[in-house]
Amino acid sequence: MALTFFRGIQTRPIWLYPSAFVATKHVFYCTMKSTQTQTLEKQQPELKASANTQSKTLDNILTDYEAIIGLETHVQLSTQTKAFCSCPYNYGSQPNATVCPICMGLPGALPVLNSKVIEHAVRLGLALNCKLSYNSKFDRKQYFYPDLPKGYQISQFDIPIATGGYVDLDLPVEFGGGHRRFGITRVHMEEDAGKLLHTGNGSYSQVDLNRAGVPLLEIVSEPDMRTGIEAAEYAAEVQRLVRYLGVSNGNMQEGSLRCDVNVSVRPIGQLEFGTKERLSCFHNLDEENVEIKNLNSFSAVQRSIDFEISRQVLLHSQGHGDQIVQETRLWEEGAQKTVTMRKKEGLADYRYFPEPDLPEVVLTKEYVDDVRSSLPELPEMKRRRYEKMGLSMQDILFLANDMNVADFFDTTIAKCADVKLAANWIMGDIAAYMKNEKLSINEIKLTPQELGELIASIKSGTISGKIGKEILFELMAKGGTVKGMIKEKDLVQAIIEINPVPVRKEEIVDPLEIGKLVDKVIAENPKQLEQYRGGKTKLQGYFAGQVMKESKGKANPGLLNKILVEKLNGKS
Amino acid sequence: MDYGLTGDSSPLISIYRRIPDVAMPPGRGFSFRDLYSYLSSEPEYGVSKNVEDKTVKLEDDLLTDPHSFPPTEMLSSVQNPRILLLQCRRHHHRHRLPLPPKPYLQTTISSSLHTSPPPASQIGTLRKSLLSREKTAVELAETYLTRIRLTEPQLKSFLHLSDNVLRDAGEIDRKIERNEEVGPLAGVFVGVKDNICTADMPSTAGSRILEGYRPPFDATAVRKLRESGAIVVGKTNLDEFGMGSTTEGSAYQVTANPWDLSRVPGGSSGGSAAAVSARQCVVSLGSDTGGSVRQPASFCGVVGLKPTYGRVSRFGLVAYASSLDVIGCFGSSVADTGTLLYAISGHDKLDATSSKREVPNFASAFITQDFSESKPLKGLRVGVIRETIDSGVDPEVISSIHGAASHLEELGCIVTEVSLPSFSLGLPAYYILASSESSSNLSRYDGIRYGNQAVSDELASLYGDSRAQGFGSEVKMRILMGTYALSAGYYDAYYKRAQQVRTLVQKSFKAALDENDILISPAAPSVAYKIGEKKNDPLAMYAGDIMTVNVNLAGLPALVLPCGFVEGGSAGLPVGFQMIGAAFDEEKLLKVGHIFEQTLQGCSFVPPLVADGFAC
Ligand SMILES: [Zn+2]
Repeated sequence: MALTFFRGIQTRPIWLYPSAFVATKHVFYCTMKSTQTQTLEKQQPELKASANTQSKTLDNILTDYEAIIGLETHVQLSTQTKAFCSCPYNYGSQPNATVCPICMGLPGALPVLNSKVIEHAVRLGLALNCKLSYNSKFDRKQYFYPDLPKGYQISQFDIPIATGGYVDLDLPVEFGGGHRRFGITRVHMEEDAGKLLHTGNGSYSQVDLNRAGVPLLEIVSEPDMRTGIEAAEYAAEVQRLVRYLGVSNGNMQEGSLRCDVNVSVRPIGQLEFGTKERLSCFHNLDEENVEIKNLNSFSAVQRSIDFEISRQVLLHSQGHGDQIVQETRLWEEGAQKTVTMRKKEGLADYRYFPEPDLPEVVLTKEYVDDVRSSLPELPEMKRRRYEKMGLSMQDILFLANDMNVADFFDTTIAKCADVKLAANWIMGDIAAYMKNEKLSINEIKLTPQELGELIASIKSGTISGKIGKEILFELMAKGGTVKGMIKEKDLVQAIIEINPVPVRKEEIVDPLEIGKLVDKVIAENPKQLEQYRGGKTKLQGYFAGQVMKESKGKANPGLLNKILVEKLNGKS
Repeated sequence: MDYGLTGDSSPLISIYRRIPDVAMPPGRGFSFRDLYSYLSSEPEYGVSKNVEDKTVKLEDDLLTDPHSFPPTEMLSSVQNPRILLLQCRRHHHRHRLPLPPKPYLQTTISSSLHTSPPPASQIGTLRKSLLSREKTAVELAETYLTRIRLTEPQLKSFLHLSDNVLRDAGEIDRKIERNEEVGPLAGVFVGVKDNICTADMPSTAGSRILEGYRPPFDATAVRKLRESGAIVVGKTNLDEFGMGSTTEGSAYQVTANPWDLSRVPGGSSGGSAAAVSARQCVVSLGSDTGGSVRQPASFCGVVGLKPTYGRVSRFGLVAYASSLDVIGCFGSSVADTGTLLYAISGHDKLDATSSKREVPNFASAFITQDFSESKPLKGLRVGVIRETIDSGVDPEVISSIHGAASHLEELGCIVTEVSLPSFSLGLPAYYILASSESSSNLSRYDGIRYGNQAVSDELASLYGDSRAQGFGSEVKMRILMGTYALSAGYYDAYYKRAQQVRTLVQKSFKAALDENDILISPAAPSVAYKIGEKKNDPLAMYAGDIMTVNVNLAGLPALVLPCGFVEGGSAGLPVGFQMIGAAFDEEKLLKVGHIFEQTLQGCSFVPPLVADGFAC
């Protein structure tokens, strides 16, 4: 069967960018040791050089303009089967290994919706603080392309499943820090297309339909971002969200997370032009507006936008604003610049109409409530909770970046109250070990319980910090328990070093005193207590915050959490 | 848009006058502006898509506001004022039909030719002779194959014949020899319309673009037939992708009408209707998007059933207009048709629009009894749709419908006239919706993965040439019309408005079926016409669908059965009448149809082509 459509297609005037992604090593974006600032600095002189007739420096010109940036993000859902058939999708399979009559668009085949797609869409919609459409539907978006087997894509047009939300995030300290809220216009469900495989000599292409019919969620942001770093951090937050929610692996190299960026600039204070509305999938994308594609990493998102802003501002300042046309530009990783891919001459008319092969999508309140109650603690909630624990923003961003790291941290501090020490160990030696060994935090042998034990042993003076470090590496490599290790190696030291991290001044470490604060907060919040005991354990963060507030930020967070959990669970 | 139509009067008007003539100035071609003028108003009704949803919605409306219908307001806003006057005068005045004196039928044809017993169930007869071992499946197969060999050169019903018929028949004989259980359709010869996928035979949908295409799977309906023991004898001819009413739109051949070889068998399921009529097979599958089962059933004098949308899985039916398409059944008796329907009905997890409703066993409807003494249909309320027996319809066809109505009255029915004011709006709305959906459904034929691929150096011309060479002119025209209707700036005026009309039609039927058990009308405004007669006159052909398209828009079931003859050919030409029932009430239609058929005197619907040699 696969053979029948593995024909060569002559595609000389190919206008689609190559689907093969340039692999860029990427761990997570908001790392502290980022090289982004250097790149920025490096880039500007280049541009200045290209515009050396200008007497005014680009830096000065840039301050007269502001950029309006919006993102369209496609998230590939990690469902077991495709959106409308029972084929699996495994990245990297042999071409056309996972196809069937339905995803090949054979005559007579019909789509049947995978209900997991709805669940994932609702999860993401709720996590993005959106309003859900209880009655939505699918539509057909029609265009011809060899990777689109039916000649139309099943998508959602005028009634997307979720609309009008926002994401909160914290910018890394070295980019000036600060909290941001970016609007979400809409989230809708659709199916992916296949891929064209271009032959070496470029004379023909072949079609691989493995990816055709894989479910996607498209997230359209409001044009709320003003800089490359804001856009990149937005994308990174989307990646964190989908990973926390378990709806996607969010892997940019595999194309599980794809970002298209819209950029325009305007003189500061001028409101009328730029991307006013982010409705490019509607018929009315008629504003001057540059779209950038082929962004395979967050740093590419950032650098391409910064390049594009500079390019557009230069053109404006030189009086060539008319040369900024509505077009799609391609980010060239090698040259570190954007180039024209295609001009948008006239509007694409996708002739959307309701998909007659699929019934309407009807959500019930019970269903949505069920999904809502199954949501994990989301990155923003974690960050706010860690903030209340007194961690620095740098620590917070590191720990909350990866849900597994955050879980590890949370379990560690449940055992040992010293949050700062726990954060230091995880971000220091443990992170370095993981990086060297190319392991994730779940793959190292050390359990968070033992890390807590280790920190406690050091704090109590049972072992020294130096010995503690040795034990840590053994535990990470081989596993085992701290107690067993100490006993085995007879490591109880006579030399007790000075505790490396002194207790903070005025910190409340008296369990009785903290207990009183906890009692007070619990007594003042009977409703939340009832909800907590009814299963909403996420409210622990809320209580912790209240107690911390009550103590004017002085309560020892580890101790606080330990006592809080005991009392919340009715052990007092 | 000009399709080269000339002449000083529009065929739409001359055939069926209820369509306001403002839309069709003399000498102008058929355009979307014309269609649009029917719809130029602001109906405030929402759009609904699926029969089951709608039914609920309609009931709610009626419960909350008993005065929301009659649709006087709708009328004033939707229809031409000239028509409105007419409607107001007669609006909702149900009165007795001025039925012609009996016996009506005998006055139109010579009765001696058609005196014979009522049609028996061929499936029942065949099963009896198989199980009693009076005949083997192979012997029966040979009878049919011989008849096909004799009649096929003239009829051209089939595009492909199965190579496995005798093998399949032998399989059944072996089972019977071993006293194993055989399915309810064991040894039954079924023709399958060529737009329904079969894994062992090509499935071309009558199109050049799918020449030689063999699907890797059986359609759900075909799979169910095989599981019931049926033998698929071949793939029957059709208008390309089901777009047409004569089979002249087939890329391969034109099927002849067994009653008069110079006439069309109707379409698009003309091959399936002709094959059953000429007894080339016992029953056959067709598909019905706007009347493609019912009109050819009428033209060929066989029973045709269009089930409720959602009753039969569409999986494996090559899509024409997805929200209207249904797989339908042909048989030479109501019992055979119902038995075939039962075998293919039911929910299918491969078709999200198939209904989860339970399928009743229709067999109870076919219990033979003595109908002569009592009035077996006593109290059944039958509404004759007034708009379908008006001027523009062949007077002889109207007479036959009156005859059928009076026969129903004799059987105890209460026959009255009922008005469906939105009836004439259905045709333009249907052509907009069907064209729109087909323009999308046919996008997949791009020559990339399967089907005929044009040789080309570049992508754009590969697409263009493959489609230009692969599609026939009627298909191209509908793709163009549908593409236009869905385009930015036109969507609201055409597609959306047509959906609103669809809602009106649904409500209109719902109201009429609340007051009546069944509605009746002709199946087509005329009997079978000559091959070539309307080939270059698409409007005339479209107008012929006026009787049937509304039923598809409403998603309702309808049964067409032969009720008489008009002059023509050597033995007269059969006329069918249509019975329309409430959603998922096929059982009632089959029951009424069976009694009608078994009590109809003096008609035999075996065409002269096979009448002499037919014994099975
Ligand atoms: Zn598949």
